[in-house]
Amino acid sequence: MAMTNEESPRAAAGNGRIFDLEVSALYYDKFKAVRDVVLTMERRTVTALIGPSGCGKSTVLRCLNRMNDLKRTFRLEGRICYRGKDIYAKSIDPVALRRTIGMVFQKPNPFAMSIYQNVAYGLRLNGYRGNRSEKVEQALRAAALWEEVKDKLHASALALSGGQQQRLCIARSIATEPDVLLMDEPTSAIDPIATQKIEDLMRELKKKFTIAIVTHDLQQARRIADKTAFFYVDTAEGDRTGYLVEFGETQDLFEKPKQKHTQDYIRGVFS
Amino acid sequence: MSETTTSLPPSSSEEEGLAFLDRSLARPRTLFDLCMSGLCGLFSLAAAVPLFSVLFMLAWRGGARISVALFTELPPAAGMEGGGIGNAIVGSLLVVLIASVISVPIGILGGFFLAEIDPESRTAALVRFGAKMLTGLPSILAGVFAYTAVVLLTGRFSPLAGGVALALLMLPIIMLTTEEAVRSVGSEVKEGAVAMGATQTQVVWHVLFPTALPGILTGVLLALSRGAGETAPLLFTMTFSDYWLSRNPMEPTASLAVLIFNFSKSPFENQKAVAWAASLVLVLIVLTLTIGGQALSRRTATSRSVA
Amino acid sequence: MATSTEQPETEQDETIARPPTEGEVRIDRFFQSTTRVLAWLTISVVVLVVALIGRQALPAINRYGSQFIVSSTWDAGKSQYGILPEIFGTMLSSVIGVTIGAVFGVMVAIFLTQEFIPRWLADVFRNVVSLLAAIPSVVYGLWGIFVVIPAIRPACNWLHHHWGWIPPFSTPLLSVGMLPAALVLAIMILPTVSAISRDAIAAVDPLLAEASFGLGATRWETILHVILPMARRGIYGSVVLGFGRAIGETMALAMLVGSSNVISPSIFSPASTLAALLANKFPEAASPLDIGVLMYAALVLLGLTLLVNVAGDFIMRYEFRAAPALAQKETPP
Repeated sequence: MAMTNEESPRAAAGNGRIFDLEVSALYYDKFKAVRDVVLTMERRTVTALIGPSGCGKSTVLRCLNRMNDLKRTFRLEGRICYRGKDIYAKSIDPVALRRTIGMVFQKPNPFAMSIYQNVAYGLRLNGYRGNRSEKVEQALRAAALWEEVKDKLHASALALSGGQQQRLCIARSIATEPDVLLMDEPTSAIDPIATQKIEDLMRELKKKFTIAIVTHDLQQARRIADKTAFFYVDTAEGDRTGYLVEFGETQDLFEKPKQKHTQDYIRGVFS
Repeated sequence: MSETTTSLPPSSSEEEGLAFLDRSLARPRTLFDLCMSGLCGLFSLAAAVPLFSVLFMLAWRGGARISVALFTELPPAAGMEGGGIGNAIVGSLLVVLIASVISVPIGILGGFFLAEIDPESRTAALVRFGAKMLTGLPSILAGVFAYTAVVLLTGRFSPLAGGVALALLMLPIIMLTTEEAVRSVGSEVKEGAVAMGATQTQVVWHVLFPTALPGILTGVLLALSRGAGETAPLLFTMTFSDYWLSRNPMEPTASLAVLIFNFSKSPFENQKAVAWAASLVLVLIVLTLTIGGQALSRRTATSRSVA
Repeated sequence: MATSTEQPETEQDETIARPPTEGEVRIDRFFQSTTRVLAWLTISVVVLVVALIGRQALPAINRYGSQFIVSSTWDAGKSQYGILPEIFGTMLSSVIGVTIGAVFGVMVAIFLTQEFIPRWLADVFRNVVSLLAAIPSVVYGLWGIFVVIPAIRPACNWLHHHWGWIPPFSTPLLSVGMLPAALVLAIMILPTVSAISRDAIAAVDPLLAEASFGLGATRWETILHVILPMARRGIYGSVVLGFGRAIGETMALAMLVGSSNVISPSIFSPASTLAALLANKFPEAASPLDIGVLMYAALVLLGLTLLVNVAGDFIMRYEFRAAPALAQKETPP
């Protein structure tokens, strides 16, 4: 069921919390992929989810815009509140939810259209009646891509380099000025120079959007995140089940980690 | 065979000892291997011979009758000279058109259902099974079905009945290739659209369909090539006519395939020659569609690269 | 579920995004249902085909029962009908055709996958073979009449002349007959067998071949003892599917096998097949009984085809559990 305007996210939750997670477990059929995740995300902050491979960071991120629904066997036990509303309630329309939450994936995935059409896609989807070219330019500028593509807006997006494509995907996500931006290892498939540009970008973006980012790069988390959540994997019951080990201010987590796993992980990289 | 045997003490029997490395036809295994390879090559060449023989015959005997008259005149009656296949070409085009109008939309939309809308449901499994059974349906039975369903119902033979019969044969090809084409669009692009809040319909039309289009077109072209070449379904649905299509399309109509069949039995040389010419035209049409489809699918494969 | 106080944010949080409109939702639902309905149409058509043909055949079934299937007499004047010759002809032509076609098809598949010739040549070859599949059946029939029959007649009649005491050679090849029909049939199903076998062979783990070579096996020893056995089920599946095609093949057989309802062991004798029977007799069929009888024959053909296709599908599915894409392959590209 579509949300009406009165219930729109902007009108809700005066307490500044964008996301409120109280997840006891995430299942794919019988397999418990993740357990015990409790964390919050405030407005206009960057929250980083870090940890070794396979500990459920991406799975948790993808819950925030219900992308895990694409796998039929997925099940959530617990609650995830977006601006005070439990987004896994039966009355919530995931399509409407995804309109206000943008996502950037690990591998750039531009549509097989022109650069302009890619960025304008969100505008078209949401029936934006204003000046689309203007919004496209704004988004491309915000993604630090405008100068490079302004003369070839109608060329195919697939002809761009990897780093450019990823910035295009970012531009595409922010063109509709969504409430939240989810980023799933956005720079892991990109060369270092482009990565630098994208990190600068994120620092700019955080002034307007709330961002949640999954990253393998600890330095990256340290550089741009306000809060960091560290995940690890528990092999106790034979299965590999991810869980949240520690969550807090980035500086605290990195300099004075409370849990042993956290200490080990962070030191493992620095030493 | 070079012998780098520094550890082996030189002996008079050294040459004998390593002689086994030499290739020789005297050995049964090597001989067998060579013979089998030869046989295999021969068989494969033999497999190619029919195609060239057919093409040669078409070019030779069919080509002899190529002229403007061939395309503008009506089929020659028994014992007559001259004549052409004009009405048969028109008829074939018409019946394939009707068949496409029926099978292309149903096939493509059905393919979307199988690939995207509800691919893992019991319905989808049943539909896939049904489509596979249909691909194996003898073409004559498609004609029999159309006879029962359309000719008996409308009381007359017509291109509509022929079109329904051909549609039956074309539908599964289009549906299954559309399904495969849509499936092979990477999940990343699809997720990109879903994450932007597109409804399933929007994901299909804005993103999946344009990207899968070359693959879908390949399937359509292959189906068309099949439809254009079929004879049996037209035999008692559209039968034949020696005249041009009149204003009323609901009547027996000529087609290339049925013309070839009829004239192949004829004792008259002229009609046999026309049969060859018609075959040439038909094969050209069919090969163009088939090769076009193959070329298109190759283009899809190479343009799939993301920078 | 936490309820929210409906106080708007103090800051403006403008977003262009809006939830899907009524229209969008309705179109979405409509499209989804439409595709579902049209997909169902496919199943219903299969059912309909069986039902309609069956209903038309009912009067004939009631009148002749199973006698129809085992009798050889076809005398319209006396209202006596039997399709045993046709069933025999369908089976024999298909068996001969598939045997020859399968041998050649697998040979071609091996030839193309085992690096006997450079890649570009193999591609050309592959396309040539798949073009064989594109040639319309009626053109093959025409070619068969004017090229194949004259070409094999001398040899066949020589065999008949000298070894006519062996049943398969016991009649001369006058014009149409079982052998030319089976040969053309072989050519027509070769592409099917070749394409699917090719995929099956290519799917065999190359490391197995390497292991075999490493042990000192010759190329053909590897092919015959290692590769083919692994690809065995895919090849069987392709043969069964080819058999299904052969049973249903109409035009080439109608033009080449004759329409004589004798059951002869001779491969040079004219014969008849179910499909050819329908093609030849239907246009002349007048009375409802005539049609009913033909519908009965059509039903038998349908049954045979469905049986063979289900078997082929089963074999393919069972074999290709791990490679589902292969199971989709029906028509050669």
